[in-house]
Amino acid sequence: MCKCADERDYKSKYCAVIAFAYLHIHTFKIRIMSVLIFVDQTEGHIKKSSYEVLTYGVKLAAQIGTTAEALLLGTVNDDLAALGKYGITKVNQVPNETLNHVDAQLYAKVIADAVTATGANVVVLSHNQTGKAIAARVSARLKAGLVAGAIALPDTTNGFTVKRTVFSGKAFANVNIVTPIKVISLNPNSFHVAVGEGSAKVESLNVTVDPSKIKVTAVNKVSGEVPLTEADIVVSGGRGLKGPENWGMIEDLSHELHAATACSRPVADSDWRPHHEHVGQTGVQIAPNLYIAIGISGAIQHLAGVNRSKVIVVINKDPEAPFFKAADYGIVGDAFEVVPQLTAEIKKMHNN
Amino acid sequence: MKILVCISKTPDTTSKIAFKNGNTQFDEAGVQWILNPYDEWYALVRALELKEKDPSIVLHLITVGTADCDPVIRKALALGGDEAIRVNTDSTDSYSIAAQIAAVAKEGGYDLILTGKETIDYNGASVPGFISELLDIPYVSLATKFELNGSVATIDREIEGGEEVNEVALPVVVGCQKGMAEQRIPNMRGIMAARTKPLKVVEPIAVDALSSIVNFELPPAKAGVKLVAADNVAELVRLLHEEAKAI
Repeated sequence: MCKCADERDYKSKYCAVIAFAYLHIHTFKIRIMSVLIFVDQTEGHIKKSSYEVLTYGVKLAAQIGTTAEALLLGTVNDDLAALGKYGITKVNQVPNETLNHVDAQLYAKVIADAVTATGANVVVLSHNQTGKAIAARVSARLKAGLVAGAIALPDTTNGFTVKRTVFSGKAFANVNIVTPIKVISLNPNSFHVAVGEGSAKVESLNVTVDPSKIKVTAVNKVSGEVPLTEADIVVSGGRGLKGPENWGMIEDLSHELHAATACSRPVADSDWRPHHEHVGQTGVQIAPNLYIAIGISGAIQHLAGVNRSKVIVVINKDPEAPFFKAADYGIVGDAFEVVPQLTAEIKKMHNN
Repeated sequence: MKILVCISKTPDTTSKIAFKNGNTQFDEAGVQWILNPYDEWYALVRALELKEKDPSIVLHLITVGTADCDPVIRKALALGGDEAIRVNTDSTDSYSIAAQIAAVAKEGGYDLILTGKETIDYNGASVPGFISELLDIPYVSLATKFELNGSVATIDREIEGGEEVNEVALPVVVGCQKGMAEQRIPNMRGIMAARTKPLKVVEPIAVDALSSIVNFELPPAKAGVKLVAADNVAELVRLLHEEAKAI
C-alpha cells in the first residue's frame, strides 16, 4: 500500500517534472530564440550598414535555431518586401513620420516596445551614428546586456559571448552578456552582406509613438560624398601633402575609386580638411576594404583608427615611416608623382 | 543652472596595449593615465566656456572609480569646475558606471549632463545613452556644437554624411566630440586652486552588471608589406585588383 502510494507519488512527481521541463524548454524556445534586426534609414532610404546587420541577424538566428525579423521605424521609399533577399521573412514597420528623424529617447521606447510585441530576445543594430545614439538606451530600457561595436557572431557554446573592438581598435574583448535579452551593435564594415532571393511580408506594428522632445531645425548633408564609415574604399592624406591646395589629386583618386576621402589629425587640426574627415584614435574609426594612406607617417594614434581596414596601401617618400609595418602594399616614393599615375592606371583598368 | 561633466581616466593614446592573467585583465604596468580626451577637450572645456559666460552656473565633475582616479580628477579640476564627485567603486561594465552616475545626477538635479562621445579604451559610446535612459531625459549623441539660449539648447550632431541641428529643452544629456571646443592647458593658478577644491567621495549604489569581459585578444600581426617600385604603379594596381581583389 505504502509502496503503491509511493510509486504513484513518484510517478506523478516524475510527470510533473517532465511537464515542467517541457513547458520550460517550450517557453524558453519561444522566448529566447528570436532575433529582431533594427534596419536604419535616412531620407527614405535604407542605409548600407543595415544590410550588414540583416545578414548578421539572419546568421545569428540560424546559429541559435530560430527566425529573424526586421524592424523599420518611419516611412521609406525603398521596397521593404525586397529585404527578404537578405533572408528574413517579415518586416515590422512603425510607419510614423515622427520617426524619420532619430530621437534616441523616442527610438529606444519604440524599439523596446517592438521587442516586447515580437517576443524577441536578441536585438541587433549597427554601431553607426544611429546605433551609438540608441543602443545603450534600448539596453537600459530592457535591462538587456549590450555589446557595442561587435565584429563577429556570438559564441553560444557556453553562454553568449561576443567579440568587439576595444582600445580604439588596438585589441579585442570577448564580452559575455548575462541577461535574458541581448543587444548587439555591429561595427560597420565588419560583416559581409549576403544576398539571395526572397520576399518578406511587411506588417505595420502598432506601438505608441510619443511626440519628440527634439526639434530638428536643419539637416546639412555634404552632397555626393560617400559617408566615411560606410565607404568600401578610403583615400587618406597626411602632412606629406604639404597643403590643402594639393588635395585635388586625392579627390581625383577617390573619385576614380568611388572612395571617401579622409585625413590624419595634423591635417584636420591645421584646417586643411574638415574635422569629420579625421580618422584615428580621436577621430573616426573605420574598417574599409581598402585604405590608401598618402603622406601619412602612421603614428600609433592614426593606426588605431584604421588598422581594421582589410587592405592597407601606404605611399610615403620616407622608407622608415612606421605605417609601412602596418601596410599590405607600399610604394616608397613622392606622392606628387605616384598618386596621379595611380589614378591614371586605375582609370585605364576601369576602361578595359 | 547646474552642469555635470562625466570624466574618465584612460590610458594615454601612445600606450602599448597588453593584457595579463591569461589575457583576462588589462596590464596597467607602465601605463600613463590621462583624462579621456573626449571628456576633457570637448565636454569639460565646453562646460567651462558656458560657465565663463554665465558665472552663476554650478559645474560639477563626476567619475566612477577607486582612489587611483584622484590625480586625473585633480587635473580636470585644474582646468576648472567647482567640485568633483567620485563614486567609490571599481568600474565594471559601462551600464554599472552609468547607473552610478545616474543615481548621483538624479539626486543633484542637473540641467545639463555632458560626456565625451566615447572613451578611448572601451569605445562603447554607451555611457551617455545609459544615463539618459535611466533619467528618462533626451540624449543628443556625437555633438559637434552646443549653444544655450535660456533653457533651450541648440546642438549640432553628426549624422551619416553630414550634420543635423537639434533644438531641445533642458535637461538633456550630450555626448561631445570634436568641434565643441578647443583643447586647453591648465595654468598654474588652476593647478593650485584644484588642490583645495572639494572632491566628494560617495559610496556606490547596488547595481547588477549586464555583461562581463571574458578575455582580451590582440590583433594578429600583419604578414609584412609588399613593396612596389615607385616607377611601377601599374604593378600596384594589378596586385590590388588580382591579388587583394580590393579594386
